[in-house]
Amino acid sequence: MRYMFLIYSVESADATPEALQAVAQRHRQVMDEAAAHGVMEAAEPLKPTITATTLRMKEGDAMLVDGPFAETKEQLAGYYILRCKDLDEAIDWAKKIPTGCKGGEGCVEIRPLHDELRH
Amino acid sequence: MNFDIKPTMDARQAAETVFREESGKIIASLIRLSGSFDKAEDASQEAFASALLSWPKTGIPANPAAWMMTTAHRKLIDQVRREHTARDKEDLVRYEIEAFAPSSKPEIESETMHFPDERLRLIFTCCHPALNQEGQVALTLRTLGGLSTPEIAKAFLLPEPTLAQRLARAKRKIQEAHISYEVPPPERLPERLASVQAVIYLIFNEGYVAASGNQLIRTDLCAEAIRLARVLRDLMSDEAENLGLLALMLLHDSRRAARVRDGKLVTLEDQDRSLWNQSQIAEGISLVEKALMLGPVGPYQLQAAIAALHGEARTAEETDWKQIKELYERLLDVNPSPVVALNHAVAVAMCDGFADGLKNMDALGASGELDRYYLYHAARADLLRRLKRSAEAAEAYHKALAIVTNQIEREFLQDRLQQVERPVRQN
Repeated sequence: MRYMFLIYSVESADATPEALQAVAQRHRQVMDEAAAHGVMEAAEPLKPTITATTLRMKEGDAMLVDGPFAETKEQLAGYYILRCKDLDEAIDWAKKIPTGCKGGEGCVEIRPLHDELRH
Repeated sequence: MNFDIKPTMDARQAAETVFREESGKIIASLIRLSGSFDKAEDASQEAFASALLSWPKTGIPANPAAWMMTTAHRKLIDQVRREHTARDKEDLVRYEIEAFAPSSKPEIESETMHFPDERLRLIFTCCHPALNQEGQVALTLRTLGGLSTPEIAKAFLLPEPTLAQRLARAKRKIQEAHISYEVPPPERLPERLASVQAVIYLIFNEGYVAASGNQLIRTDLCAEAIRLARVLRDLMSDEAENLGLLALMLLHDSRRAARVRDGKLVTLEDQDRSLWNQSQIAEGISLVEKALMLGPVGPYQLQAAIAALHGEARTAEETDWKQIKELYERLLDVNPSPVVALNHAVAVAMCDGFADGLKNMDALGASGELDRYYLYHAARADLLRRLKRSAEAAEAYHKALAIVTNQIEREFLQDRLQQVERPVRQN
């Protein structure tokens, strides 16, 4: 079964390039491990929410909002899609995924995908 | 003329008793086969209905438990066959069930088919930490406990639709997020077992100290929690904490009859110890001893050991507070929570003097963490009362009264408050 791992973390403007590099390095390790296990489907980081545009449909009209869908402390920062046997296996992967720019704070939401709707 | 309807009644009662005892096993087994909680519940209900219908006519079968299990399996097979005729589609369920099903219909009476006990899978699935605790509790009582949705709703003083919703939500999550129906591997076992134990203890506590309402003890939930703990102990008897949990609940439950007198709460100190259930105490003590020998020591065993020391004391004065204090110190090592620290402070008071205990308690309260915990104020008030510092005691009782939710506990605190306020008024 495929699971999507949505990474939510605090966007910090003051993260040093070195810190960002270190987190990227840790992500690369997880991706390599997932690939080695043959469970890797996709994984991508997102650009910060300052680049986000939200489109909301209201009575047939498209309203554009400059920014993410909700202003929250933690923002969607990236995702993984991995094939796992069950939720327990997915939780084990989630524990490995670095969650923040500083590599610690933040959370990972685990959502199963609709495998049966896949073409 | 003979209007003796007793055989019918007996058969009905037997069916109910057997179903109650066996439904956990039956549902666990059917889920394993069908991969569906709903199918399993339907089939087991149908088997129960069959028993209610046929036992009064044909008599109680020689092996009623096997009858119920076999009939439930047959109902599941029928159910799946019906679905497949309708859909005419192959799938895993059909394959597994057909492989499992006997080719011809043997006489149920002579049935000797053996069904493996799948309840461990069921209990770990129901108590999976990815389910919210309300869902864990409801699902455990519904499937392993064999309680009906209205029964669970009544026990938790909740409307039935709320309970039904919780059950549906939990089952849907298990199915759609793919929570496996299996006993977790060794590396995940400690965390998962802790979650199972927590659910059972939560059910017990819900029964033992009803969080709201005017009934202090709901014995049905206590009995059910003890029954579940026995199942867990039987299934994993080398886990010391399983023994500790069962012991702890038995020892608490042994004091049930003495805890309330004329609708009023009676403190441990003032309880009529002749009302304590000695067989539960004896079983609890022997379980604690066994658990501590088995090791490793854990919080349930330590709490049970403390409860055992209370259980052993024939009078309040005989209580071995020194050992209790030491056990709370060990408990603080494994579970450094403010609530445990509060209990430790009480033991200090009883062992080294009320003033020492109060000093301990005040230090605890300094962080403000216990401000919303009524037992903190109640315990403090009690020490102040014993120290004859009535005005301060009254103030603490007022704080406890402002946040207590259980009616019987409220009345107890009000009585105590009156006792300490009386001398003040006389001045």
